[in-house]
Amino acid sequence: MSIIILLVIAALIFAGGFLAAFFWATDDGQFDDTATPAIRILNDDTVEKSKS
Amino acid sequence: MPEVQEAVLCHHCGEECKNEDLIIEDKHFCCVGCKTVFELLQENDLCGYYDLEQHAGVSLKSKNHEGKFDYLQNPDIEAAILDFKSEKLHKVTLFLPAVHCSSCVWLLENFHKIRAGVLHSRLNFIKKELSLTYDPTNVSLKEIVELLATLGYEPLISLENTVAKDQTRTKKSNRLLRQIAVTGFCTGNIMLLSFPEYFKLDLQNDVDAQYQKFFLYLNVILALPVYFYGAADYIKGAWVSLKEVWKRNTTTLSVDIPIALGVTALFIRSLYETLINGAGAYWDSMAGLVFLLLLGKWVQKKTFDYLSFERNYKSYFPLAVEVKNKDHFDYKNVDDLRKGDIIRIHNNELIPADAQLADGKAFIDYSFVTGESEPVSIRNNEVIYAGGRQKGQNIELVVTKEVSKSYLTQLWNQANFKEEKEVANTKLADDFSKYFTYITLAISFLTAIYWAVVNPETAWPAFTAVLMVACPCALTLSMPFTMGTVMGIFGKNKFYVKNQNVIQKLTEIKHIVFDKTGTLTKNNDYRELTYKGESLSEKEQSLFKSLALNSTHPVSKLVASHFDKSEELIFDEISEMEGAGILGYIDSQKVQIGNAHFLGVPQHQLDKEARVYLKIGDTVKGCLKTRPVFREGFEGVIAKLKNSFNLYLLSGDKSTDKAQLSEYLAEDHLHFEQKPEDKLHFIKTLQDSKEPVLMVGDGLNDAGALRQSDLGIALSENTQAFTPASDAILDANKFSELSNFIEFSRKSVNIVKLSFLLSLVYNFICISWAVSGTLSPVVAAIFMPLSSISVVLFAVIITYFSARKSNLLT
Repeated sequence: MSIIILLVIAALIFAGGFLAAFFWATDDGQFDDTATPAIRILNDDTVEKSKS
Repeated sequence: MPEVQEAVLCHHCGEECKNEDLIIEDKHFCCVGCKTVFELLQENDLCGYYDLEQHAGVSLKSKNHEGKFDYLQNPDIEAAILDFKSEKLHKVTLFLPAVHCSSCVWLLENFHKIRAGVLHSRLNFIKKELSLTYDPTNVSLKEIVELLATLGYEPLISLENTVAKDQTRTKKSNRLLRQIAVTGFCTGNIMLLSFPEYFKLDLQNDVDAQYQKFFLYLNVILALPVYFYGAADYIKGAWVSLKEVWKRNTTTLSVDIPIALGVTALFIRSLYETLINGAGAYWDSMAGLVFLLLLGKWVQKKTFDYLSFERNYKSYFPLAVEVKNKDHFDYKNVDDLRKGDIIRIHNNELIPADAQLADGKAFIDYSFVTGESEPVSIRNNEVIYAGGRQKGQNIELVVTKEVSKSYLTQLWNQANFKEEKEVANTKLADDFSKYFTYITLAISFLTAIYWAVVNPETAWPAFTAVLMVACPCALTLSMPFTMGTVMGIFGKNKFYVKNQNVIQKLTEIKHIVFDKTGTLTKNNDYRELTYKGESLSEKEQSLFKSLALNSTHPVSKLVASHFDKSEELIFDEISEMEGAGILGYIDSQKVQIGNAHFLGVPQHQLDKEARVYLKIGDTVKGCLKTRPVFREGFEGVIAKLKNSFNLYLLSGDKSTDKAQLSEYLAEDHLHFEQKPEDKLHFIKTLQDSKEPVLMVGDGLNDAGALRQSDLGIALSENTQAFTPASDAILDANKFSELSNFIEFSRKSVNIVKLSFLLSLVYNFICISWAVSGTLSPVVAAIFMPLSSISVVLFAVIITYFSARKSNLLT
């Protein structure tokens, strides 16, 4: 049964990893501009087409 | 069948090819500018630009930027603009107001293909900011900016850019995001780990008891960051407020106090339960509470951060100006201008500092400063004020005052401009919490005393329970969520408010002051022209048109545009009297256009509304009158607002339109020839009665009044363009909705009050449990968040519902 204690701690550490990932993402500015990437993703392909 | 001629549209910008029609392959272009861009794109294989969106380009008609960006060659100025500078790499962020569609994103992010040396470009579509990385040995900033301008994306470079970019705001919002993340993380885990407790572990069983301890202590550890990090701002805020009250600076207790009290009570009680009693505690109630509060705070802080509400004169002024250095001119940052410097101003450039005319023919358009639309001519040695715009040839000026000490900029240096307007932040909530805190404390102490007498064991739990549940969580949440919703609804209707306080301020307004030109009426370019006098023959019309075409004066342009369809004739002799009119001879016939004095107009032909008189030979034919064109829905709004507010009008113009305006507004509420300072003082006098004033304006000349007023709304044809510092920006097309907005903000405050009432009902139920000492952790854990969420939902749903009823949502 004591495996539960281990599991809970492991789960906490795991979730803590996501928390750290969130911190990294905000500091990296991933949430600064949420509009342009939506447009950008549609654009890239056409570039290559017109090039070839 | 008559032949229908289809309008030829420009392949680049989509405008009709009226005067010119340039053709490449089978594509039409309306001007050389558009054609150049197309050729440039074709050369670089970037014609995909036109596939994404038809006619994606920006019209380039009558845009000439030759020499305009020469100042970027000056290393000091360049350094001021650059974000990062090394030998091989420069980084710069430019604001491009023309960005408008996905094609723009595509083209600008492929900028490196057009110009070698540009390494990387990235566009923020919402903020319209282009971040560029380039190799300075290969391409200069000036070349980049010029190329952008050629493409139709002329960057706006102003003094404001050079002021160190403000990073504190993003840092602050990052801190809040972190708090939310940490608290959310802890809350989720605490909730999960509390389940064993709620499902009644068998404490007699050794194994179960061991687990229970483990879960409890884990909860304590998880709750520590919630209390000391997540709730830190509330506790600090409460402490500051308490100190203020202690020092007797104020008697109002801020809303932070009951929150901090509740959270602290939860924390201490839970610590006591866990460590002393070894029993289940209120950890999840506490964490959930803090989490919800932080979410509310986040909603409250959400603003339209792509709009700037804080612009001052610096955004309008040029960055650099040509200054005479012995025998040649150098570019110099306008901040470094000193008294005595000789500066050169080109056509259409803004004069950055008060100066004296030294050389050249100055013809200054002060519409920017005063709102008066007619340019004035200046004689040598006369003073020209900063903010004026030169029309015509180059002039040389001697600076008499530094930029920051100029007449116009002085307006910003007034004391009240420096401090933020009084923040009525949580005024409504504060009013509530003033009594709330005292009542809560009274109830909890009374409960404690009662139980101390009846049953001392229940005294402690009952006392803390009252403090815990009385926390005004729902109260503090309903406000930000309701107001946030209202802000979003307003935003959808193109009324952008700076923050949530503005909505509340809107409900307190008693006086409304309007600017005239550009606010109530459309801009001067849209004035309606009417001719009054004897009818003119075809020949006479073309005479006036041809004569008017010889002058650059705006009134002459009006005349020419009125007789637009007439034939153009060549005059034998023309002479222009500045500030009076123009006179010409054709086939020994005298033709005159000008003011009454210049033409010697007889008494009976004088007209108050006349703008300019026309005369052939010795007879005054008539005059041209201009009438302002009011914004659509103007009458309706004024009629509605008239009932509940005192309306005033301030205009920098002469009183030509007075007769027309007095149909709508009381005559003694109309004020003309108001300088920016007069406008400011007028607002001040109105405010003496302690009644809040709303100012609606559009230009820099209203900036002082907008700032002084309790609530300043800047009206703008294009909300992305520059607007003076204000509390809200309203799209000019939505002007007719103004009364509706005010009405709706009233409703929303009522909704908030209603939700306060609801949360009080919840509090009442909770407190009755708490007083009787029967509040168990499970009940608290379910009931507390549930009450908050239901109050918020109630408020938001009702807000949406009433927005639909007010036609603000479809």
